[in-house]
Amino acid sequence: MEKPQLIIDGKRLDGREMEDLRPVKITAHVLNDANGSAYVEWGKNKILAGVYGPRECIPRHDQSLIRAVVRARYNMAPFCSLEEHGRSGPSRRSVELSKVISEVFENVIISEAYPKTQIQIFIEVLQSDGGTRCAAVTAAAVALADAGIPMRDLVCAVAVGKADGQLVLDCSKEEDNYGESDMPVAIAPRNGEILLFQMDGLLTRDEIDTGLTMVQRAAEKISAMQAAALQQVYERKTAPKLEM
Amino acid sequence: MEILDELSRDALRRLIATGRRADGRDMYSYRDIGIQKNPVPNAEGSALVSLGKTQILVGVKFDIAKPFADKPDEGVLSTGAELVPLASGTFETGPPREEAIELARVVDRGIRSSNTIDLKSFYIDKEKVLGIYVDIWVLDFDGNFFDAAGLAAMAALKSARMPKVEDGKIIRSESAGKLKLTSDVVTCTFAKADTSFLLDPSFDEEKGMDGRITIATTPEHVCAIQKGGWGAFTQKDIMSLVDISFAKGKELRSLLQ
Repeated sequence: MEKPQLIIDGKRLDGREMEDLRPVKITAHVLNDANGSAYVEWGKNKILAGVYGPRECIPRHDQSLIRAVVRARYNMAPFCSLEEHGRSGPSRRSVELSKVISEVFENVIISEAYPKTQIQIFIEVLQSDGGTRCAAVTAAAVALADAGIPMRDLVCAVAVGKADGQLVLDCSKEEDNYGESDMPVAIAPRNGEILLFQMDGLLTRDEIDTGLTMVQRAAEKISAMQAAALQQVYERKTAPKLEM
Repeated sequence: MEILDELSRDALRRLIATGRRADGRDMYSYRDIGIQKNPVPNAEGSALVSLGKTQILVGVKFDIAKPFADKPDEGVLSTGAELVPLASGTFETGPPREEAIELARVVDRGIRSSNTIDLKSFYIDKEKVLGIYVDIWVLDFDGNFFDAAGLAAMAALKSARMPKVEDGKIIRSESAGKLKLTSDVVTCTFAKADTSFLLDPSFDEEKGMDGRITIATTPEHVCAIQKGGWGAFTQKDIMSLVDISFAKGKELRSLLQ
């Protein structure tokens, strides 16, 4: 397919300004059996995260005597994309994403408190629309907090990309597919440390610097939504249920 | 854990022997049922069903497929199920285990034997047919995934749009109208404990049961049956459960309208 024009009259294809997020909706505690859970709608992305643990680490040769083992599993439903039916089983892409997402939470979870156990973070992408890993990290952080797992910070993530020569926050699917660069970043908002950092395409040194500053500003907004979602769990009277 | 299971099983049976259930339902009542249609617009069809605390998402996708050698003039129906690990502390990661495969196959049999989808209309040419993929994603598990999945599959099929096919290729941006279905298949699952039968068992009830039977019906016919567990059923038991399945089927079908 030919590359479409991504920025027309100073606006992006979905009408956003360069530094606008797509509409984000976060709901915590939507599942009954999981120790913690969260559902995130981010643009057309629909992502469900569930956390189990700390619980016995099986197989035992994986366990650590000094800390909990933190494992994330990122998985895409075969019906999640507009394109063809997905194949079953983990792809190389989802294995890589599971690894880098696990590493984000290894940093913030106070895992020394739970030796010999594991904390499992299961992420299901039910509908994908570009930026699933960032929405997944944001959902997983809320699910972990909902599970009552002590963390140094409530992590969130968002990507910056480059489309038609301009830096754009929170790339859409089109900007991701046809843009010049995509740079997903996860942030610990309290100290601004970067816990997930990937990039493809071409950016200058200054573009990376400006992009990271855009991410830091957006992280404040996403953090506020995460905190509000967690607060609502205690104000809600109905049993947990998904509203998609 | 085994001792707890043993104790909860005994308590459950004592209660059932007095004609009662832990959540106050009578023997042949469903838990609350919720159906959300088309929650995943990227898929050609989808539905999210809640049956009490059990929540199941089904997505329907179309693709170009190769026809099977024994049915060269028919499209391909393929049903998959995943017991997604976030749904229950008892589910594990890895390739589908026997429970997931049984679930997919039972739902598939109901849809397939009812002929509700005209697979002959999916024929394109000698090499190509349309494939329809029904994927069952169990998101939250509290027993009886058969009925919740059956209902979600039917609701997803009813919401499905046919993609346009041109020169043997799918044009996903254009729809060729709704998927045509000739009847609504619904399934009723009963657990057996001693001599009692319970419709729509919760997970605790499933852990305490001797056997299980799932009966899929259209308004006129039984279109699939699957018995599970070690418990035995008499012919008389089965016939009375078939009668109840037809009566309950009407209730379920009215929810699909």
